[in-house]
Amino acid sequence: MSPQFKRIVRTSVAAMALCTIAGSAFAAWPERAVTIIVPWSAGGGTDATARMVAADLQEHFGQPFNVVNRTGGGGLVGHAAIANAKPDGYTLGVITIESTMYESQGLPGVTPKDYDFIGRYNADAIGINVSTKSSYGSAKDLIDAVKANPGKITASGANRGGLSHLAWAGLLNTLDIAPDASVWVASDGSAPAMQQIAAGAIDVVSTSPAEARSLVEAGEVKTLALISGERSELFPDIPSTDEIFGIKWSPMPFRGLAGPDGMPKDVIEALSGALKGITEDAKFKDFMKSRGFSVAYQDADTFKATVMADYEGLGKTMKAVGLAK
Amino acid sequence: MMSFDILASALSVVMQPAVLIAIFFGAVYGLFIGALPGLTATMSTALLVPITFYMDPLPAIALIVSSTAMAISAGDIPGTLLRIPGTPASAAYTDESFQMTVHGKASQALSLGFFFSAMGGLIGATVLLVTGPLLARVSLNFSSFEFFWLAVLGLLTCALVSGSNMARGFVSLMFGLLIATVGLDVTTGAPRFTFGQLELMGGVSFIPVMIGMFAFSEILRGFTTSKTGEQSMPNIGKIVPFKGIGGLLRKYPFSAIRGAALGTSVGALPGVGGDLAAWIAYGMSRRFSKTPEKYGTGHPEGLIEATSSNNAGLSSAWIPALVFGIPGDAVTAIAVGVLFMKGVAPGPRLFVENPTMPTAIIMTFFVSNLLLFPLGYVAIKIARHVLSIPRSVIVPIILICCFLGSYAVNNTLYGVWIMLIAGVVGYLMERNGFPIAPVILGLVLGPVLERNFIMSMQITNGNLLGFFERPIACGLGLLICAIFLFSVIKSVRRWLSGDAERRRKALIENAKDVAQTRSGDA
Repeated sequence: MSPQFKRIVRTSVAAMALCTIAGSAFAAWPERAVTIIVPWSAGGGTDATARMVAADLQEHFGQPFNVVNRTGGGGLVGHAAIANAKPDGYTLGVITIESTMYESQGLPGVTPKDYDFIGRYNADAIGINVSTKSSYGSAKDLIDAVKANPGKITASGANRGGLSHLAWAGLLNTLDIAPDASVWVASDGSAPAMQQIAAGAIDVVSTSPAEARSLVEAGEVKTLALISGERSELFPDIPSTDEIFGIKWSPMPFRGLAGPDGMPKDVIEALSGALKGITEDAKFKDFMKSRGFSVAYQDADTFKATVMADYEGLGKTMKAVGLAK
Repeated sequence: MMSFDILASALSVVMQPAVLIAIFFGAVYGLFIGALPGLTATMSTALLVPITFYMDPLPAIALIVSSTAMAISAGDIPGTLLRIPGTPASAAYTDESFQMTVHGKASQALSLGFFFSAMGGLIGATVLLVTGPLLARVSLNFSSFEFFWLAVLGLLTCALVSGSNMARGFVSLMFGLLIATVGLDVTTGAPRFTFGQLELMGGVSFIPVMIGMFAFSEILRGFTTSKTGEQSMPNIGKIVPFKGIGGLLRKYPFSAIRGAALGTSVGALPGVGGDLAAWIAYGMSRRFSKTPEKYGTGHPEGLIEATSSNNAGLSSAWIPALVFGIPGDAVTAIAVGVLFMKGVAPGPRLFVENPTMPTAIIMTFFVSNLLLFPLGYVAIKIARHVLSIPRSVIVPIILICCFLGSYAVNNTLYGVWIMLIAGVVGYLMERNGFPIAPVILGLVLGPVLERNFIMSMQITNGNLLGFFERPIACGLGLLICAIFLFSVIKSVRRWLSGDAERRRKALIENAKDVAQTRSGDA
């Protein structure tokens, strides 16, 4: 080995060592690929929005943001995987409102306390859909029918105790009707429920307007109202239940970024800022609109407050309607 | 329904270089994914999603269409050569096609796989082009009551696919149904058989089980039956792609058409899909065959019917997705997502406002299925080399594929464990004469059966007569009860006449033969 070569080796080793020290001291997150866990299956609404957010984050930070679907157990498996990841900022996830409900359902594994929140990017109210062949012209008609014939009107949209169920049962409860006056038909998500209503096997499906849209356009199904405190920007013609009945019941399903509890503060700040930028981007807004999703950004603290309020409020309602264990 | 103008404009859109290139690359990619044991069409589609971000709507969809069509046909290759189904759709007839290989007819088995897949796909696409929206309207009339009966019909085919011993096939089926109950129950969210394990709450996916039971158990069997570890592979015979297809076509003219018709109608029902179509087609073919005793010994008839049905079902699964936005399976669910992302909202308005788009999508099915002929030719030529690779090289490769495929299901080691356990269980089952195909059938149909039964029961408030109240459900129900009663009466009469004893002996002889050839001793 020539002395010159030795010198080169020595300097480069020294340089590399220096880099590593500098790297760990002033770690410029992200230095490598980041994983985003999605607790719902590929192709669904949460997955699609997560992939869009991931693509934009990748552009912003210059490192790959890989979306990984970890499904099963009504989202429980994926939500727990996010909470149990190493809090180094390299494993994040998209969380949904279901994460606030597992504890009340008697499912151990994850509560909102296990997360560090980054920000919310979407929230859409659940709609009440009926068949166009039915005689219900408005949400009032439907509710009157439930009151008049307890046990006759069948509703579906998710598993028993899922958010769709809770929104519907909670609405009945708020209106002083027994939550079981309308029979809940447990289904695996909204698609089979929509199939049931089109085939005329059930009466009501409570699901987001985005998921009902194709059948609404087909003239098979109509959306009577949104179970919400306000109208949606995307569907301004659909009234909200609060304005129809003069009540207060607004279970708002959300999608937002979160990570395991204990992540570095600067990482959360960087991500939250980037997410804000993404939600203000015209391309992202167009994409969300095309799928019928609203863009609803909340920063880390506001998002945390929203989730914690749901955690408490939904838990109470679940007890009231007999869904808590 | 389709005017000539629309057809012409759709054709010109499909013939654009960008679309054709997308179809070609999708096909080549699908060929690889399908041919690797354990990687499924769903997985190949999910991997394509990020790429579609940067493409125009039609090329993006064409990429998905051609890759799934090719993956589902190429899934027959490892099934035929190594007895490892490449996709769940080919699990129904893997034993049959492998038996053809054992008998030196690998070339014929592979050729008919590709040829009749393409035929089924082409027939299916033609039907869609003519009746698409109408078919979608009909499929919307199916509720949980009808789906329940269809699932029962699927379970009945177990008796027909489980080979020589029906009772053991039934045990295997029940085992599959039992595994399907693991996880959070969809009705109340109650955990079942989870033993407090978080991962088990998500249930047991049939993909790692299938990989384990077919592929990993095959490797175990290889180790225990050969002393040297260098055991010879079955004689391939002469590989001449597509030779003798004409003869098969003349001999079984209705099988392909019947398979394609069944595939098209079952595939159009959301949530049931092409996998089930393959099982029912195989069972139906055996039922109506003049020579049912040849099934399971390397007989092409059932293969023709089943392989054409799953390709036909693939294209019709897109109809409810395009017309009503109700995806029939995971692949179309992803495709609907991609369409939305491209600003093309599926729905009847799509057919009215922009009829070129749905027509062009169906046409990409034509082109992809036509591509099956040349690519199939190449694939068969290459596939022969698989069998000439020494076992000591191919086994580690298969093992790697097993691990990859089962890990990729949910990106956790949990899938790998399931695969390994399923492999050992599958090995023990086969050793003791329990067929493994019915386990997969039970796993695939278990959730469909349970969910639709529970949904129906909640609607009728527990009244079982509800299953006969809707016209289609009633028709299906009566048909299935008739099939069931007919089989029972037939076997009772046979038992009384003493025929059963003779038949049983013949079957046992047959089973011994099969067992011997399978373990490579023959």
